[in-house]
Order: sequence, then structure tokens, then C-alpha cells
Amino acid sequence: MTDISLSDHAVTGKTAPPAEARSMRLPTQWLGVAPFFIFAIMFLILPTLYLMLGAFQNDAGEFTLENIAALAQPSIVAAYWISIKISLASSLIGAFAGLAIAIAIVRGGLPDWIRSATLTFSGVASNFAGVPLAFAFLATLGRLGLATVILNTVFGLNIYAHGFNILSFWGLTLTYVYFQIPLMVVIIVPAIDGLKKEWGEAAATLGATMSQYWRMVVIPVIWPSFLGTVILLFANAFGAIATAYALTGSSLNIVPILLYAQIRGDVLHNAHLGYAIAFGMIVITGLANVFYIWFRTRSERWLK
Amino acid sequence: MKSGKFWAWLVFALGAAYFFIPLIATVEFSMRMRRGEYSFDAYKVVLGDARFQATFGYSVLAAVFTIILGVLIVVPAAYWIRLRLPQLRPIVEFITLLPLVIPAIVIVFGYIRMYGSNSPLPFLATDTGTNALLVIGYATLALPYMYRAVDTGLRTIDVRTLTEAAQILGAGWGTIITRVILPNVLIAVLSGAFLTFAIVIGEFTMASLLNRPAFGPYLQNIGANRAYEPAALAIIAFAITWGCMSLIQILSRFAPRSANRPN
Repeated sequence: MTDISLSDHAVTGKTAPPAEARSMRLPTQWLGVAPFFIFAIMFLILPTLYLMLGAFQNDAGEFTLENIAALAQPSIVAAYWISIKISLASSLIGAFAGLAIAIAIVRGGLPDWIRSATLTFSGVASNFAGVPLAFAFLATLGRLGLATVILNTVFGLNIYAHGFNILSFWGLTLTYVYFQIPLMVVIIVPAIDGLKKEWGEAAATLGATMSQYWRMVVIPVIWPSFLGTVILLFANAFGAIATAYALTGSSLNIVPILLYAQIRGDVLHNAHLGYAIAFGMIVITGLANVFYIWFRTRSERWLK
Repeated sequence: MKSGKFWAWLVFALGAAYFFIPLIATVEFSMRMRRGEYSFDAYKVVLGDARFQATFGYSVLAAVFTIILGVLIVVPAAYWIRLRLPQLRPIVEFITLLPLVIPAIVIVFGYIRMYGSNSPLPFLATDTGTNALLVIGYATLALPYMYRAVDTGLRTIDVRTLTEAAQILGAGWGTIITRVILPNVLIAVLSGAFLTFAIVIGEFTMASLLNRPAFGPYLQNIGANRAYEPAALAIIAFAITWGCMSLIQILSRFAPRSANRPN
């Protein structure tokens, strides 16, 4: 990334008008980007700041930490905890499965059409989320779903008798994985493509075995990209609501559903507590993204 | 090497099974409406439903306005940053990533509190205002994708030379953007537009919290009240997403491949 801005600077430096001319044109300089910044400030930054400040105010508008402290009540902690568990489980499962599929289609010696078909399908499936995805999983693993029925009649395995329920932690995790895996594939395939053939040859020349090549070259190079993507998947699952809401109604109390209920009907009977919940969500996804950007810049050093 | 190939096939087969079984199951379920035989009854019921047509039409319209708004905001900004203000690039890139950090439900919560009927800017006081706010919200959701698409498009053309050539020929800024830059990045803009469409068409959170008669809340409502129609709707939604992604792929074949500058 730094390279681009440097070269842009170099170009600007060469052809930019003299300093006086530039300072006279300053207002028009900003005109092109003004709509973007006005839009971003009004509809992205200010509304978010408004909620974040509201999290630290009481009804009279005075500063308080009570709302944040009130997040510690058991029902809210439970909501955060199950959200974090589902996001973590679905992002880890999605990440490892996605990585395995990506390695299989890039390095596995499979026919070319499989690679392009998988990538196309991943593009579609990673965007196939929300309410329709919930419908698809209800038709598959719901009580009357095809997979449930076939497992029961053909294999004699009644998954619902064994405690499985689509409206549960595992049900939701399994559903989220449907868009997490393809997202991982889409992001990680370029990283695996970026592994240069010469590195393998160099390692072989130096007498490395296959496992040494993987352990000492491949994994260290892919690792930051991989970890960064895991975090992106985590944030992706953490903020999602439509799938969960359509799947479980409000029977599974994850944070976005709690916040949704609070916005609709003030179920917590404290408007500022709603702000605090929103604040908590931003803190969690924000932290996740800080790590993501950090890992991303580390991985870009290698994958040029 | 042989065993490697075997593992690759195995992984691919497992993945394909996980991804195709739900699709097959949904198709099968959607055709079970008539007892004892397969039929397309659920699709007929859904497509014939007046509310389906109304909400779908509403969401298509919202998507079109979202795309227009997104283009109006992103194209001039991305162009101007390439041309004159490269020092702003990190800030703009950071802002365009924010919608991935801030969940949609939080953004719309902020709107509801900031632009309520008692606020200085009472978007929510009127129907038109609320519709506008929904389109604005969708434009923020689409911002990361739209910006990246347009910026990638601009990267493949020589913005500076094109602009200077147009200026020498006497073109003003409006002419340069609409008749020189936009046609050159049209394919990138269209890719961003179709992705926006795919994201917006079934969006649930914002539409539902702003009480708009959009397709997403309709889907949710049908899901809560019907048995076979949701499966049919899921297949229709999958087909729409597939259509958008295929169009992007087809378009990318027409995109200029060679970059004038490295990166």
C-alpha cells in the first residue's frame, strides 16, 4: 500500500502547480470530495458517535458509567457470550474448511474448471445470507427438512432425538458457516496463489522435506492473511441478525436480536442501555478489525 | 503426489456436499406443496402474491436509488483523490471500511435516534424522508464494495493524462467526469452496482427497523407464517444473487486488463 501512495506523491510532486496557484484553488480542491465527506460524517460517523456518547449519558444528559455497568446483568452478558461463541465457532470452522478447500482447488491438482466453478460459487454463496439462508437451512435440517428425514428413514438416525435443534447454538453455527466458508475461499485463494513456485524450488534445493517446506515457508507466509480473515469472519457473524432472526425468532438471545428488540420496543426499559449495547458491539467488532488491519498489512509485505 | 490428489478430491467432495445439500433440500421442499406429488404450486402462490410484487418492486426501486446515490458519492471522490488529493487516500479508505466495522443494526439505530421527528433534520417525520433514509442507509452498507470497485476501475486507466487531454480540448469538470472518466470506469461501476443490488434486495435489518414495505421484512413475515413458500422464496433469492454475480463475471471480461501504472 505504501508503494502506491509514494508513487502518487512522486507524480503529484512533478506536475503540481506552484504553491501560490495551489493555495488560491484550495476551495475547489475540496469540492470533489465534499459530497463523500458530508455523506460519511452525516450518515456514518455522527450517528455512531451519537450512540457512543449516549452510552455514557443518563436521561438528564449527564455523564455516567451506569449504562456500561448495567451491561453486566446476566441476560445481557449471556447474550454477548452466546454471540461471541457463535461468531468464534462459525469463523473458525469457516476459516479452516475454507482454507482446506482453497488449498485443494489451487494446489491439489484438480482440473481447472473446478477452480473457476468453486470461485464463482463462492462469490454467490458468500452473498447468499440473510433471511433466505435461514429458509434453506430450515428446509434442510428443520424437523421436516430433507436431511433430517433422510437421516431418519434411511440411516435410522433421528438427530432431533439426539438433542440437535436448528434453533440452537450448533444449528445457527452450521448455518453461518454457509457464508463463512465461501468468504474465506474468496479472500484466501489470492494469498495461496501468491506463494511463489520459486520458494518451493528454493526450499527443495536447500534439502527441505515437504513438511519442512509447509511448516517453515507456507504457513508463516499465509498465517497473517489467514488470521486476518478469521477476524473478518468473526465481525461478519457478530453483526449479522437477519439469518438468526428468521431462523429462531427471538428464542436464541444473541446480541443483535436483543438490540433489535430493544429498538422496536424498549424491552430493557432504559433507552440508554440500548446505546450501551450498541457501544459494546462496536467495541467488539472494532477491536476485531484493528487486528484484521494489522495482520493484513503484515501479510501484504509478502504477497505482492 | 497421488495421495495429495486424493485428499484434494475428498475435500472438494465434502465441500460440494455441504453446499449442495441445502440447495437440493430447499428445491425439494419448495415443490412439496401439493400432497403426494411434486409441483411448482409454491412458486405460483409466491409470484402471484400481490405483496410479493409490491415489496419486490419497492426493493428494486430502493436498490436503483442506492446505486445512483453510491455512484454520485463515490465516483467524484475516488477520481479526485487519484488526481489531486492522494494524501487523503488513507482517510477515505478507512471511512469506506467503517460499514464493515459498525454493524448495520447499529447504524440504523443511530439514524432512528438522530433523525427522529423532533430532531433538526426530521427524516423520519415523513414517508419520503424515511424512504430517503433507507436508501442512504443502503448506500453506507454498499460503500465498501462500491468504493473498491470504482477505485480498481480507476487504477486501470491513466486518470491524469485523460484529464489533461480533456482540459486541453476545453472540457469542464462536469464534462470530464461524465463523458471521459465515467465511460472508462463504467464496467467497474456496474460491477459495484450489481453487488449493491445483491446486498440490498433482500436486506432485512434496516428496512424492518425503519418500517419500510421492503422485500426483506416480507420474506421474514412469510417465513414466520407459511410452510412451503419460504423455500420457494429462498430459491428465488438464490437465483437473484447468482444472476448478479454472473453479470459481474461477464462484465469483468470486458474490463481493460492492462494497467498503465504498476499496482
